[in-house]
Amino acid sequence: MNIETLFYLFAAVTVFAALCVITARNPLHAVLFLVLAFVSSSGIWLLLEAEFLAIALVLVYVGAVMVLFLFVVMMLDINIEQLRVGFLRWLPVGLLLAAVIGVQMVWVLGAPEISAGKTPVVHAADYSNTKELGRLIYTEYVYPFELAAVILLVAMVAAIALTLRRRRDAKRQDISQQVKVKKQDRLRIVSVPSASEAGVAQDVVVSGDHTAD
Amino acid sequence: MMELLQTLQQTGLDLFGSAWLLIWTVVKIVLIVAPLMLGVAYLTLAERKVLGFMQIRPGPNRVGYWGLMQPIADGVKLLCKEIIIPTGANKFLFIAAPALALAPALAAWSVIPFDDGLILADVNAGLLFLLAMTSLGVYGIIIAGWASNSKYAFLGALRSAAQIVSYELAMGFALVCVLLAAQSMNLGEIVRGQQSDYGMFGWYWIPLFPMFVVYFIAGVAETNRSPFDMAEGESEIVAGFHVEYSGMGFALFFLAEYANMMLIATLTAVMFLGGWLNPFHGWPLIGALTDAIPGLFWMLGKMSLMLFFFLWFRATFPRYRYDQLMRLGWKVFIPLTLVWVVVVATWMQTPYWFW
Repeated sequence: MNIETLFYLFAAVTVFAALCVITARNPLHAVLFLVLAFVSSSGIWLLLEAEFLAIALVLVYVGAVMVLFLFVVMMLDINIEQLRVGFLRWLPVGLLLAAVIGVQMVWVLGAPEISAGKTPVVHAADYSNTKELGRLIYTEYVYPFELAAVILLVAMVAAIALTLRRRRDAKRQDISQQVKVKKQDRLRIVSVPSASEAGVAQDVVVSGDHTAD
Repeated sequence: MMELLQTLQQTGLDLFGSAWLLIWTVVKIVLIVAPLMLGVAYLTLAERKVLGFMQIRPGPNRVGYWGLMQPIADGVKLLCKEIIIPTGANKFLFIAAPALALAPALAAWSVIPFDDGLILADVNAGLLFLLAMTSLGVYGIIIAGWASNSKYAFLGALRSAAQIVSYELAMGFALVCVLLAAQSMNLGEIVRGQQSDYGMFGWYWIPLFPMFVVYFIAGVAETNRSPFDMAEGESEIVAGFHVEYSGMGFALFFLAEYANMMLIATLTAVMFLGGWLNPFHGWPLIGALTDAIPGLFWMLGKMSLMLFFFLWFRATFPRYRYDQLMRLGWKVFIPLTLVWVVVVATWMQTPYWFW
């Protein structure tokens, strides 16, 4: 099996899965088809010797993002009938967006740098895509990279800040306080005289009672 | 031995031509998976025995000598049981879920080096591949929980998903420290980076000790093992995500859990305990005596040690509460690992980095 057959195989699966994402009746199935689309496109990236990107796609999108997606979709009570209302009304907008995306793709893929019949360069076995990517990111593109990282961090902090609210009525435990508890705070040792110290006289009375019974 | 292998290769090539590569790879996969499955079976026995001895009782001792046939009996029992599909369950996903749980657990073994050069796929981004594969295992659990059409299973699946996603971060950062120290993502290179004349003191568990602890604890949480087995929580949600499974469906989840345990144990051994390296290498006298022992022996020994820790944890720790678990993951492990990444990176720039 040569690379081209594999490419068409992965591409067909990707297109099929992407179509199913928008046509599936059950939202959970749609999410799972999206996972399939991600996995098969990571297969295409592997064929391009971009193993870092391919594995990162699986790791980040399939392993983390889609799990959370699935999590949310499972918890939502989605009324599928309601989702289908207004399909025709929004169809022109959707078609317009699709046309824009299509034009953009043709534009990019039709650019002379790409469409000149270039095939990807085949590298030697010791070529490490990961190392090469790291070298580029941290030398040539260090400022854009740092900028993107900071923007993501800001977005993350903002998302947390939006959801953070202190509820007064909620009961919560301060774990550091729990851990700091000393024995003296909880435990009181009371000296109770044991039977042998409490005097023989009582003992005799008790045992005497027993024999009487 | 090598000559025998070479003649085998040659005859194979003559017989099958280009298909031989495929056949040979399948043979190698079987050579990894078959001992693995046997190991899983006997790990269940070891677990019950260890738990038994820790609780001062004999453990299974009826089937075969010292209960040695117990895993086989259990396997046969599970094979013969009826598979019940609950009403209202999503049939396809219900049946696919156990396979989805087991497959990534097995796929991850393809990049594990058992000895110098004894590896199925010697890939450059091995560490990354492992992270990706361990993160895929959660799908089996979530889908099982959802497809079962049961509240308990669903709750178990949600708990498990949140838990695994949380601990994956700490695990990833711990591994970043390892690849900083080894300057490679190839697992074989990571082990070779730990080779020195100081035996076990040259391994990464010394400079990365906090990461070693974090990685292993996160691994225990990642495999849903006690004390982090909230996803099962017998006392609250019966058995969690696999409550509706019977027979082989249940057995596959069981296999996946134990295969994952062995994987975490192996990874800890490879990344922090020097993989196949001799712990006494370069030591006076004992080093020379033990250097002849094959690396596979050390590798299996280190794996068994880490697996014993899994069982030991189970026997001695009470189950975590869910908020405590989340606190440990997000507020303790992630800050700790983040700081340690910076510490290791700066440490390596100083002349005091001996590894």
